[in-house]
Amino acid sequence: MNVLLIVKIAKALLLARWKQTLVAAVGVTFSITMFITLLSFMTGLNDLLDGLILNRTAHVRLYNDIKPSLHQPIDISTEFKQSHNFIRSIKSGSSRQEIYNSGAIIQALKKDSRVTGIAPKITAQVFFNDGSIDITGVINGIDAQAESNLFHFTDYVVEGNPLDLKNVSNSIILGKGLAAKLLVEIGDVVQVTTAKQQQFSLKVVGFFQSGLAELDKVQSYASIATTQKILGKPNDYITDIQLKVVDMLQAPAIGKEFAQLFQTDAEDIQTANSQFETGSFVRSLISYAVGVTLLVVAGFGIYNILNMMIYEKMDSIAILKATGFSGVDVNRIFLVIALSIGFFGGFVGLGFGFLLSFAIDQIPFNTASLPTVKTYPINYNPIFYVIGSTFSLITTYLAGWAPSRKASKIDPVIIIRGK
Amino acid sequence: MDEIVLQANHISKSFHDPVTVPVLKDVNLAITKGEFVAITGKSGCGKSTLLYILSTMDTDYEGELMIGGEVMRGKSEKQLARVRNEKIGFVFQFHYLLNEFTVVENVMLPGLKLTAHTESEVKVHAMDRLKTLGIESLADKKANQLSGGEKQRVAIARALINNPSVILCDEPTGNLDKKNSLIVFDIFKKLAEENKQALLIVTHDQEFANNTHRIIEMEDGKIIKQ
Repeated sequence: MNVLLIVKIAKALLLARWKQTLVAAVGVTFSITMFITLLSFMTGLNDLLDGLILNRTAHVRLYNDIKPSLHQPIDISTEFKQSHNFIRSIKSGSSRQEIYNSGAIIQALKKDSRVTGIAPKITAQVFFNDGSIDITGVINGIDAQAESNLFHFTDYVVEGNPLDLKNVSNSIILGKGLAAKLLVEIGDVVQVTTAKQQQFSLKVVGFFQSGLAELDKVQSYASIATTQKILGKPNDYITDIQLKVVDMLQAPAIGKEFAQLFQTDAEDIQTANSQFETGSFVRSLISYAVGVTLLVVAGFGIYNILNMMIYEKMDSIAILKATGFSGVDVNRIFLVIALSIGFFGGFVGLGFGFLLSFAIDQIPFNTASLPTVKTYPINYNPIFYVIGSTFSLITTYLAGWAPSRKASKIDPVIIIRGK
Repeated sequence: MDEIVLQANHISKSFHDPVTVPVLKDVNLAITKGEFVAITGKSGCGKSTLLYILSTMDTDYEGELMIGGEVMRGKSEKQLARVRNEKIGFVFQFHYLLNEFTVVENVMLPGLKLTAHTESEVKVHAMDRLKTLGIESLADKKANQLSGGEKQRVAIARALINNPSVILCDEPTGNLDKKNSLIVFDIFKKLAEENKQALLIVTHDQEFANNTHRIIEMEDGKIIKQ
C-alpha cells in the first residue's frame, strides 16, 4: 500500500517535469546504447582476431623438439656426483622428429575423456620448383577430416574441396600467396623437391587463405600418406599430434602430463599464444571503461535534474512531511524517480544497443585476409545486456542517492515558516 | 473536565545563530477535546515557533510535550511522522497543495499514508470532507485551477482526512478576503463544536480570535494571558 503510494507520488513528480525527465532518460539510453554496441563490436572483433590464431592452434601439441640431451654421460659417473660439471660445445643429438609409437599414443589419447579431438600432422620442408626458381615452402601432412573438425580447415579453403586431399592421390592444397607465386590453377601439377633431393609431382586440388598473408606464401597441405611418401618415411611416421581438450585452461597441466607419459615435448596454447589473451583483455577493458564513463556522465545528468526537482518541489516535500510522511518515505520517492529514469532509459538503451549492433552486423566487411568474414563481426553475448542494465540501475541509484538524502533531510518548519 | 488532547509543560526554546536568543520561556498550556483556541500576539513573540513545537515538526526544545497522553520526546523521526499523520491536522497560511494531483487526491494523500483504510474507503472519506466544506464539485480539478479560498478549504479537508484529535493552524485566513475568512471560521467552529476536535489557531486577526472559545496571548516568548 505504502509502496504503491510512494510510486504514485514519484510518478506524478516525474510526469510534472516530463521534459527534463526525458532528457535524463535519453542520457541513460544513449550511454547504454553505446555501451552495448561498443562491447558487442569490440568483442566481436576480439573473437575474430583471436579466432584467426586460436581456432587454428592446438590446445596441446605433442612433438619431438631438436635439442641437446638433458642427460649427459658425466651425470651417470659416480666419481663426479658431488661436483659441478661444465660441458662446452654440446650439440643437439641425432634425435628424430618422429614421435615414437605414435599409433599407440593416439589410441591412448582417444580413450582420455579430457581430450575432445586428435589430429596427427607431419611437417615437411620442401622447395617448390617453378622453372629455374625454387621457392621454399612447407607441406603439412594432415588428416583433412580431423583438421576440419578441430581447426575449421574447411573454412579457409577458398577454392576446391578439402576432402580431395584424401580422395585424389598425390594432391596438394596451396596457400593463396604460394599459388600466386607459382602461377598455378586448380588441376595443375606442381613440382616439389625435398631436402633429400627427391622430386615429386603433386596435383593442385584447392587453395586456402588463412588470413595471415605471410603464412599463405609458404604453407600448403597434403594428406598424411602423401607427405610420408614425399619424405620417404613409413606409414607410422608422424611428427606432431595436435589435441583439443575440454577445458582450455587445463591445457598446460595436461600438456605436462602427456609429455611425461609419452616421452615427447608438449606445447600448450597459453604458452604459445599468451599475447592474444592479453590483447583481448586490454581491448575489453577499454570498452568497459568507455561504457562506464558514458554512464557516469548520464548519472551526473540525473543528479542535476533531481537536485533541480527537489528545489522546485520544496513545498510539496514540506507538506508531505507535515502530513505524516517520514524522511525515509521522501527518500524513497526520489530514489524511485532516479531508478525509474535508469530503468526505462536503460531498457530502451538495451533495445537501441541491439538494433545498432545489428545494423553494424549488416555492414559489408570484405578483406582479403579474412575469407570467412563478410560483415563486421558482432558478438551478441547476453551478458553485455545484463551488465548494461545492472550498471544503469547502479549509476542511477548512486546519482539519486545524494539528492534523495537531501530531500529527506529538508526541515518542513523552515520551508513553511519561510512563506 | 474534558479529556486533554494536547499538553505542553515548561516548554522553552532558544535560537543559537549567531547568538543565543530565547524565543520561548517556560510555556505551559493544555487544550481539551472540542476546544477552539486562538493564539495571538505581535510578530516575533514566538507564537509560530510554539505552534511548530506543538506540531512535533520542531524537536529542538526543552520541556515536555504530550499529545493524546503520549510523551513526544524520545520518539524517532518516523514515529513522529506517524503521530502527525494520525493525530494532527495542519492548515497553513499557504495552502501547500500538490499541483500534480487533483483536489480529491490531495485530500486523500495523508489518508493513504495512514493505511488504516483501503483506497476506495479513503476516497469516500475525502468526498465526505469535501462535501462538508461545500467543494465536492471541485473534486476532480487540478489543485492549481482553484481560487485562493477554495484552495484553503481543500487544505482544511486534507487536514481532516484522518480525523485528527487536534488541528493546528498557522494564520489560516492570512491570505483570504473577508468573505472567505468567515467561511473558514464557520468551518472551524463547526469542527470544534460538532466533531469535538480541538483547534489551535495562530492568528493576527483580532476579530477572528475574539470569536473563539479561548484566547492565549503571547509576548516575548511568554504567555501573558490565557
